[in-house]
Amino acid sequence: MTDANLTDFDNEAGFGDYFALLKPRVMSLVVFTALVGMLVAPTTLHPIEALSAILFIAIGAGASGALNMWWDADIDAVMARTSKRSVPAGKVQPGEALAIGLALSVMSVIMLALATNWLAAGLLAFTIFFYAVIYTMWLKRWTPQNIVIGGAAGAFPPMIGWVAVTGSISVESVLMFALILMWTPPHFWALALFLRKDYDNAGVPMLTVTHGRRITRNHIMIYTVLLAPVAVGLGLTSVGGPVYLAGAILMNLWFVKGAFEIWRRDEDMAEADKYKTEKAFFKFSIFYLFLHFGLILVDLTLRGLGVL
Amino acid sequence: MVLKAEHEIHKRRFSRNMGVGLALVGFAALMFGLSVVKVQSIGAVQGFDHVLRPELLEQSK
Repeated sequence: MTDANLTDFDNEAGFGDYFALLKPRVMSLVVFTALVGMLVAPTTLHPIEALSAILFIAIGAGASGALNMWWDADIDAVMARTSKRSVPAGKVQPGEALAIGLALSVMSVIMLALATNWLAAGLLAFTIFFYAVIYTMWLKRWTPQNIVIGGAAGAFPPMIGWVAVTGSISVESVLMFALILMWTPPHFWALALFLRKDYDNAGVPMLTVTHGRRITRNHIMIYTVLLAPVAVGLGLTSVGGPVYLAGAILMNLWFVKGAFEIWRRDEDMAEADKYKTEKAFFKFSIFYLFLHFGLILVDLTLRGLGVL
Repeated sequence: MVLKAEHEIHKRRFSRNMGVGLALVGFAALMFGLSVVKVQSIGAVQGFDHVLRPELLEQSK
């Protein structure tokens, strides 16, 4: 046995490297939002059916992540944030990522249909197609609005969860979809403002690269202002309640205030304090989404306990 | 070449094999549970077998 072979073996993928293809961190958000969508639905599933539904929604989302890593291995290798992913790191072959992505996509859609209903399965299939083909293969490298389109894929899980239980799409599920859809652009553009070099190097047409940072700041402001009525409006539907409504109003005021501060600044000010405002806005945006869905659960629990 | 019961590939691939094995066992268990739930949700199911069931005679007419 030669040294070269030994080195190859050292770099051999373990189970964790294959699991990483499914983007576990994205998956955890998918599980959380899909779970909220299922729990707040007016009817219920048997716990085993609900567990299966969550699992297959998560696997479907993971499969689209694997397809994304297969297609994007070239740009992932260039960007510091993604250069250690399994495919650019050389642990998993691109063909393996493709095979895993396709196999898990088909499996998750069929199993979700068997566990719940075909409308939910159809939405899952559409989400995978939307993320892997429309976003990853087509729009990501073509238009600076890529983030807006990509956000739609991330916005489907609570709607799929809701449909898995009820069998139909309703205003609540549409608003949960819209909440994530409108939240994604300010979240990612704030990231793009302070991670500027990454996207420049990879040649991905982020808004910061194509239209400049001034325009990006304007866009963050516009989307954040449009997001607020969606987030508060969700509180006026059957899934909302006083806790959600109060939290949503406070968080959206704070979010708009942050967007306004980003909008007011220019690059010199941002360079001077090392993008402090942009980083704070980005961090808050993560709490923002988590808390909105969390507060829906708080209201649900309080209703269940008879407090409300 | 000497055949060894414990080849080095067993050690090298252990995490993969264990991971795939556990995933398959978990999937089989979930399928079993799901099947039980789906069949139960149909309600009580019975038909004629080797013995005449008087309670079904009315329905079959």
